[in-house]
Amino acid sequence: MPRNKEIKKVLVIGSGPIVIGQAAEFDYAGTQACRSLKEEGLEVVLLNSNPATIMTDKDIADRVYIEPLTVEVVEQLILKEKPDSVLPTLGGQAALNLAMELDENGFLKRNNVRLIGTTSETIKKAEDRLEFKTTMEKIGEPCAASLVVESVEEGVRFAEKTGYPVVLRPAYTLGGSGGGIAKNRGQLVETLENGLRLSRVGQVLVERCIAGWKEIEYEVMRDGSGNCITVCNMENIDPVGVHTGDSIVVAPSQTLGDKEYQMLRTSALNIISELNITGGCNVQYALHPKSFEYCVIEVNPRVSRSSALASKATGYPIAKVAAKIALGYTLDEIKNAVTKKTYASFEPVLDYCVVKIPRLPFDKFISAKRTLTTQMKATGEVMSICDNFEGALMKAIRSLEQHVDSLMSYDYSNMAEDELIEELAVVDDRRIWKIAEALRRGISYDEIHEVTQIDKWFIDKIAILVEMEERLKNEPFTLELLREAKRMEFPDHVIAALSGKAAEEVCDMRYANGITAAYKMVDTCAAEFAAETPYYYSVYGSENEVEKTTGKKKVLVLGSGPIRIGQGIEFDFCSVHCTWAFSREGYETIIVNNNPETVSTDFDIADKLYFEPLTPEDVRSIVDLEKPDGAVVQFGGQTAIKLTESLMNMGVPILGTSAENVDAAEDRELFDAILEKCGIPRPAGGTVFTAEEAKRVANELGYPVLVRPSYVLGGQGMRIAINDHDIEEFIGIINQIAQDHPILVDKYLQGKEIEVDAVCDGDDILIPGIMEHIERAGIHSGDSISVYPAQSISEKTKGIIEDYTKKLAQSLHVIGLLNIQFIVCGEEVYVIEVNPRSSRTVPYISKVTGIPIVSLATKVIAGGKIKELGYTPGLAPEADYFAVKMPVFSFEKIRGADISLGPEMKSTGECLGIAKTFDEALYKAFLGAGIKLPKYKNMIITVRDEDKEKAVEIGQRFEKIGYRIFATRGTARAMKEAGVKANAVNKIEQESPNLMDLILGHKIDLVIDTPPQGAERAEDGFVIRRNAIETGVNVLTAIDTAEALIKSLENTNIRKLTLIDIAKI
Amino acid sequence: MKAFLILEDGTVFAGTSIGSKKEIISEIVFNTSMTGYLEVLTDPSYAGQAVVMTYPLIGNYGITPDIESKKAWPKGYIVRELSRLPSNFRCEGTLQDFLEKQDIPGIAGIDTRALTKMLREKGTMNGMITVNEDFDLKEILPKLKAYRMGDVVMEATCEVPYTLKGHGPKVALMDFGAKNNIARSLCKRGCEVTVYPASTLAADIIASAPDGIMLSNGPGDPEMCTTIIEEIKKLYETDIPIFAICLGHQLMALANGAKTYKLKYGHRGGNHPVKDLSNGRVYISSQNHGYAVDASTLSATVAKEAFVNVNDGTNEGFSYVGKNIFTVQFHPEACPGPQDSGYLFDRFMDMMKGVR
Repeated sequence: MPRNKEIKKVLVIGSGPIVIGQAAEFDYAGTQACRSLKEEGLEVVLLNSNPATIMTDKDIADRVYIEPLTVEVVEQLILKEKPDSVLPTLGGQAALNLAMELDENGFLKRNNVRLIGTTSETIKKAEDRLEFKTTMEKIGEPCAASLVVESVEEGVRFAEKTGYPVVLRPAYTLGGSGGGIAKNRGQLVETLENGLRLSRVGQVLVERCIAGWKEIEYEVMRDGSGNCITVCNMENIDPVGVHTGDSIVVAPSQTLGDKEYQMLRTSALNIISELNITGGCNVQYALHPKSFEYCVIEVNPRVSRSSALASKATGYPIAKVAAKIALGYTLDEIKNAVTKKTYASFEPVLDYCVVKIPRLPFDKFISAKRTLTTQMKATGEVMSICDNFEGALMKAIRSLEQHVDSLMSYDYSNMAEDELIEELAVVDDRRIWKIAEALRRGISYDEIHEVTQIDKWFIDKIAILVEMEERLKNEPFTLELLREAKRMEFPDHVIAALSGKAAEEVCDMRYANGITAAYKMVDTCAAEFAAETPYYYSVYGSENEVEKTTGKKKVLVLGSGPIRIGQGIEFDFCSVHCTWAFSREGYETIIVNNNPETVSTDFDIADKLYFEPLTPEDVRSIVDLEKPDGAVVQFGGQTAIKLTESLMNMGVPILGTSAENVDAAEDRELFDAILEKCGIPRPAGGTVFTAEEAKRVANELGYPVLVRPSYVLGGQGMRIAINDHDIEEFIGIINQIAQDHPILVDKYLQGKEIEVDAVCDGDDILIPGIMEHIERAGIHSGDSISVYPAQSISEKTKGIIEDYTKKLAQSLHVIGLLNIQFIVCGEEVYVIEVNPRSSRTVPYISKVTGIPIVSLATKVIAGGKIKELGYTPGLAPEADYFAVKMPVFSFEKIRGADISLGPEMKSTGECLGIAKTFDEALYKAFLGAGIKLPKYKNMIITVRDEDKEKAVEIGQRFEKIGYRIFATRGTARAMKEAGVKANAVNKIEQESPNLMDLILGHKIDLVIDTPPQGAERAEDGFVIRRNAIETGVNVLTAIDTAEALIKSLENTNIRKLTLIDIAKI
Repeated sequence: MKAFLILEDGTVFAGTSIGSKKEIISEIVFNTSMTGYLEVLTDPSYAGQAVVMTYPLIGNYGITPDIESKKAWPKGYIVRELSRLPSNFRCEGTLQDFLEKQDIPGIAGIDTRALTKMLREKGTMNGMITVNEDFDLKEILPKLKAYRMGDVVMEATCEVPYTLKGHGPKVALMDFGAKNNIARSLCKRGCEVTVYPASTLAADIIASAPDGIMLSNGPGDPEMCTTIIEEIKKLYETDIPIFAICLGHQLMALANGAKTYKLKYGHRGGNHPVKDLSNGRVYISSQNHGYAVDASTLSATVAKEAFVNVNDGTNEGFSYVGKNIFTVQFHPEACPGPQDSGYLFDRFMDMMKGVR
């Protein structure tokens, strides 16, 4: 069927800010879909509140709106742009939910707009628990015994009939928010109450627990004529009970025979047909490990994280094909973009093994429970490809960027055996390491399987790796052994450590004997057809397939690895734009990255894609083969920066700012010398290695001081210390990981925080804009509300900032991007940090100023000059828009995480508010971040002493707009003295009714709780904040944020939002 | 123990011996199925060939009851990696033991993707699997080039007729090397299936008055089956509904004057899209054939092309004009592979009921 010619203008809805459960995969899907639509000559209107995405670029869509994802905004946008169709299946649950509401309220029908890619009936059938169950029953597809409940009592009755444990799944939530397993009545009541509240429709599915069954997923596609195929199936190594987003997943399935494989495949096709899905769909199964019994766990009638994984695992571009299907094409009409010979109706087959490991944020949330459940906690993931499972697992482990490189990286050797077995039963992110230790102790496969329910095939694979460790330790170090260890992807330095050699020795021996990595192609067809897409993975002991390319200059672009807090999708935006810009400059581009969720690992972004870990050894193997003319590290965040030295040792020139200058910015002494030379002040400070030194420096400076390790991103390990005790604690934490560089101790200045991104060509600089943070210094820049243009600094200060930026850029010989953070106290401007690389704010500032700074920086790196490129050096004129970047957090997903803001970054994503007035921009930003007030008009204020004065003022303003204020005694007294009618409430440790009862009573809209600084802050108010977050209450932990919020709420005249097309800026 | 795979173009792969240690010469073909290695091994259509599995991890679920005939047929078996520990609730043993018991030699630990690419580029080749480290290429290569598959249908067919009881239509299944699931698919639909050796005369089949005739899959070059083709001509002349799969499909076309040709490297796997030309629907099919019917050589007055391969446009089935006969190149019985076209057995049932 050819394409439906009635479709001319399509509104594509994105997924909004990155939160746990809805991440970069939707930027990948959305970007691919938009490009696919534009390829067909359609006009694309894009809506997404997330400014860090590639899909919100003017190159990707014709009209781009970075506006809050609310029903009102979509309605207004449809009236303004008059698209004939809306495509909601590529923006995750967020977009799907919006589409449902627009359909239910009749808006689409009234305005003659069709939903393409799916119908509302389909969404309802798949998403509504009851309808889904009925549909499955109709076609004879089994679901676990379950009941949709709307009250706790119903749930308890059901569970008591079927027996515990039961699984709870709230309807219409993403990443399984509010779900979990309840083993008894107490747990059931607690989780169910929470789930009912979080569900958009107040429904929770309570079902028979099938924990321990194999979890299998199928990615299926179907077109409007009813043709269906499966793209890929995947097997979770962790059995049912862990959210698939938190499981280690392998593709294709490994332990299923053809009978099981085809049984589930047929079932998946039956389901997609019955649901009448046109596009992509994900079906999750639980398969009984000892029979053919299975249950359908869930169906996602849209592209998902799993479909991004399946696309990268097979080379089959699901989102692109889904977009074409939405336009009316059938699968046999769509060319397979990888082979260019076969069609989209050809089921991909793999001739390799893919392993995905989730990236969990427990390094950021030290207090959080590491236990994995049906509620997703991972912020990102890594994928690896190899022709054997062992190798794929080893590569994935070292791609994680969390100081792990083998199955020995977490040490359980001192744990007693019975304790180890107890630990094995705990499902957390370290389980494969525990299994490895158990195998080292000789604990039987049967016992490990009994405890973990992990299939013995996987246990055996871990055992093979453990045996290799032993062989390397004990056997003579022969070439045969080395070859075998490399086949399993043991890194050289691990081999060296085990065999008692130096890493260089192992490496030399390898090269001398031709034991080097070869690269194979991901071609969707197991080599049955010649493919044209240069998408590669490494293997040892095989023939190399990469064709030698010559002629063009080659540039190696290093990606940013898994999405984690502090290093998000922004760096993928930068990597992709850098690649495109180099391509336009006539370079051959080569991307190395290991994140399956991103746009950069789409096979048609660079000329060549290497899906590989980002370690020196892995990169060297690529360099050996490709011999690039240079490498760019400044766009891939800390992951890429860390590779600078190794690349230089390999003889690869670093394009742009040189490595010495990157060092100069990070090295305290060198940097101080530069600042002194330029006459730029910075907060006083010193470098230390031990707690004793730190205390001495801190006492000289006077508390409070800022303590942090060098070379980190996202403020990892950064703390504010208010006394010697804090210093001891913080230095202890930092030194848990051996530090190659000194720890920095600085005087903490509480001024306004200002940030700039700039491009420097060696002589001139261009600053697109100056950004100001709403929260005062002390809160990580990534967690602050950032405003462009800066609101409260004078023209003179702006001049100083421009001057300092220029001096620093020139002194550091920056070629490309640089990011500087300043503190402004009065008219004094201090520099606190300089990063000669791209930053988190780059996509945001590019979009709101209309200056494409990544491609500009790339051109400069390639030799261009700012003046020649059509820009006037210096600070660009301010736009006539106000733009507010609002951080978005995923605290409700991470049980036990402390949500109070500080110097260490905690947000997972961001959204933008852009408008002609500051107030509207701020309002939009809060709206985009999901803060919808008021509901009950009750709030709690409990603040530290320093904030009392400000809190009183804020309290007055909230009272004025009709809020009832509850406060702890101290705060309440201060309020009352100022004439605010605050109700004093008992603290939690005091008798009921206390703060906790209020929060749990669900009558509270907002909690303002600013914890005192210092080490004690973690405990103080922790329980209140956690409980508030987990009951869905908004919590603000910085007084400045609270002030911004009340300001936005006071502006009740903002009813009708003005929508701004970013593509026109 | 070391083993070697020697191709007729002189390429040598060194790997590890698996299964039997005997030396074999055969045609080398590749199969892209990711599951179903056991069904592949017991598919009689592989008689006379050595199979390379393109999926690198083979034997993961061991030996299960999923066998498609009484024994394993390939002359040799080539894999990247044989699983050390099979794991499945139905697992009865390891693939290694199975290959040994079936006396099938194999080789593991070679770059199967490189081998597959060679077969793709140069076309299906002959080769040798040996554990003899002192092989002499000069002596071996002429032998490899000279190797021809013999009358493999006669090896693969059953010796005497046998009947699988049922209460529904009576089907005569011509066994040219049939996979069990063809009979199973019919029995599941209530048929009484009598399986006949390939040498059975048409007259005997007709005399048994079946409600339908099923022509099975099988190994080898269809044009070599001259006597069978003559018998099929006689079956064509009757009004008995006929459904043919794979080799059966080719033989029916040959019986009607069509030509077949050898594909460069065949279709073997479970992911080939075939299009039903009557309604435009596309199904993913299980395939295993090295030869194809040249559709242009069959007059449109005799048969209409019913299915084509979406990827390369080769013929995948015919519907015979004015006859209750339809034939497909792919395998609706699956095993291994997708079950999407299982509905064709229902169509055959309808045809038989129409006649009754």
